[in-house]
Amino acid sequence: MTNLEVFRSETRAWLDAHCPASMRQPIVDFDDRCWGGRQWKFINEDQRYWLEVMAERGWTAPEWPSEYGGGGLSREEAKILREELYRIDARTPLFSMGLHMIGPAILKYGSEALKQQHIPDIVNGKIWWCQGYSEPNFGSDLAGLQTRCEDKGDHYLVNGQKVWTSYADRADWMFCLVRTDPDAVKHAGISLVLFDMNTPGVSTRPIKLISGKSPFCETFLDDVRVEKNQLVGKLNKGWELASYLLTHERAMIGNMGQATASTKTLHQHAIDIIGLENGVLGDSALRTDIARWEIDSRAYELTAERITDETQAGQGTGATSSMLKYAGTEINKRRHELLLGIHGQSALVWEGEAPITGTQAAGTQAGGAMASQWLRTKGNSIEGGTSEIQLNIISKRILGLGAKE
Amino acid sequence: MALVLNEEQQMLKESARGFLQEYAPLAQLRSLRDERDARGYSAKTWTQMVELGWAGVLVPEAYGGLEFGHLGMGQIMEEAGRTLSASPLFATAVLGVSALVLGGSDEQKQKYLPALVEGSLTLALAVDEGPIHKPAQVALSANNNDGDFELNGEKHFVADGHIADQLIVSARTAGAPGDNEGVSLFMVDRTAPGVEVERIIMADSRNSARIKFNKVRVSEAALLGQRDQGLTLVEKLTDIGNAHLAAELLGIAQEVLERTVQYMKERKQFGVLIGSYQGLQHRAAHLFSEIELAKSVVIKTLQALDENTDDISLLASMAKAKVSEVAALATNEAVQLHGGIGMTDEYDMGFYMKRARVAEQIFGDQRFHQRRFAALSGY
Repeated sequence: MTNLEVFRSETRAWLDAHCPASMRQPIVDFDDRCWGGRQWKFINEDQRYWLEVMAERGWTAPEWPSEYGGGGLSREEAKILREELYRIDARTPLFSMGLHMIGPAILKYGSEALKQQHIPDIVNGKIWWCQGYSEPNFGSDLAGLQTRCEDKGDHYLVNGQKVWTSYADRADWMFCLVRTDPDAVKHAGISLVLFDMNTPGVSTRPIKLISGKSPFCETFLDDVRVEKNQLVGKLNKGWELASYLLTHERAMIGNMGQATASTKTLHQHAIDIIGLENGVLGDSALRTDIARWEIDSRAYELTAERITDETQAGQGTGATSSMLKYAGTEINKRRHELLLGIHGQSALVWEGEAPITGTQAAGTQAGGAMASQWLRTKGNSIEGGTSEIQLNIISKRILGLGAKE
Repeated sequence: MALVLNEEQQMLKESARGFLQEYAPLAQLRSLRDERDARGYSAKTWTQMVELGWAGVLVPEAYGGLEFGHLGMGQIMEEAGRTLSASPLFATAVLGVSALVLGGSDEQKQKYLPALVEGSLTLALAVDEGPIHKPAQVALSANNNDGDFELNGEKHFVADGHIADQLIVSARTAGAPGDNEGVSLFMVDRTAPGVEVERIIMADSRNSARIKFNKVRVSEAALLGQRDQGLTLVEKLTDIGNAHLAAELLGIAQEVLERTVQYMKERKQFGVLIGSYQGLQHRAAHLFSEIELAKSVVIKTLQALDENTDDISLLASMAKAKVSEVAALATNEAVQLHGGIGMTDEYDMGFYMKRARVAEQIFGDQRFHQRRFAALSGY
């Protein structure tokens, strides 16, 4: 056996022994996803155990260096781990902006002290990170941000307001874009700083969305003291980091709608509700819509895979995160529109019981979730740079349009 | 398997691009059309392609071929989509060769494959009997007549059928039109008594044929593959054909996007480049995104053919459906974004639009393959 084959068989055996049965069930509620952090209440002992054993091996962050608690796996090994997790329908042990956003940025740009302070706690899920980017008047035009960060000698003082901070009311630390040079042209005076959400002067207010949920907050920063060693990268060079982070964010949001092994396929929803007639879905218009969607969804997955492979092989055109974000979010929105088509009015029940009809056991189920999820997806093509911003980026950076005459 | 080309495949793609742009550019198709060339492709160019080994890309080494695989062949098809080069590549080097490789007896392989590699034999696959692809709707009959078969019936829309040396014909040896069983494939000499060929020029300036079979006698040795089980072979061949048509359509889509973006950087209206208008930029950027999706399904499908995976039919339908849709979008947008000049015959855009539609219709259009994708997925 090759080393990779050995790794696969060992991984398989280890996962079989350590992944609890309840962590192989489909994710239904928000809390089924473990976000970790100081305030996290595990839904059960299995969720706690699954995070712990995975974090112990660094497998919450498989490719990060083991000296900071990461898994230290090669890309091929990490792929095998993903495949083996997928094979047993295992839930991802930890969801976190730390893993997908600020962690990679600290590893790439941060000081040794910052790595030692923050990376292990990201790997083991002890700290929940939130992102302080958008401001009330600076969304798509992010680089215009106005939150001030003044040098007070031995520390910084931050004043301003952030908006669309995801789960700021539950998060432990914020990575925050601030203006450190108000006189520089807008991209040039920005820095990235880190602070504890318990710092005096930090307050949050949840924003209720059309989905009825409040995954985002307004965050108010009044004379917030930030230690100088919590600057990531160089002073006034924060836009480079912000762009790097936005690339990661785009990839994360673009992938959000992607199916996992435990996701029920769209056509299975349709088969359960509408039923087959001679092996063919009873609604021919919906059948074609679903087929087109499933083709696009598969094409999207393959594209993400291809672009990763091309990068690895030193080929490819680059700047494709915008394309993936644009395509992925638009495809995910279509999925939820089709779910409405399949489930009809039951998908739109807000409170109370929704009737289940169709070939499966008839009955009712608690309504609300489907409508809420459908509405939430509308934000996918807004957050992390709107679809229109992504199209702007593709036009300018890839197609070279709109440049000077 | 990583979704990338290896070094040899990349080199083949680059050399194909160089050759086609120099020796078989779109201007060649234009002049073949204008001169009403009887063959519909340049014999000289085909000879050069044969010398480059392209006729044998899919032929096993044992029969003198390059055995370079579908992913390699797909790169040539993609580049031929960029230049709209007319040649027997599709009918002969993809379909004909695959029919023999997959369905031929040892004797047939010995007899035909080396001839295909050296370019002394061209083939055409005659499957459909109407304007919509319906592979099981075979009415053309082949009745066993003291050891020989007698073919009676008609085939429509046979690409290269007017010129190919041999026709590979699906015929009914049992059952009724629509039955999956009872179809057999035969190799028939195009000049055999009773074969009547009518050349049809399609909108894309390429050739198709309507072929009548009137008491055409063939021996049992002409049977290709298993008797009565021919539809399975036809499905395999159309899957292969569709994967390569998808590659060609991908080449078309990329070429028209690049040309359109170039035009947007040159054309001025109201004193500014039209490429500076966001309304147009976003259409081009959306098309770019769609083409990226199309690239991935094409490479995946071609790789699946080379690895002989068990989801080839699903992938082939996915590729044909997606890339047909993208190529239709690309060519429509290209003409619109070019404005009036895009509508002129003198400009090239119309050629791409016409070829995109013809290539989509061969072996099933996007809707056919959406339905097939659904059926293969169990709904």
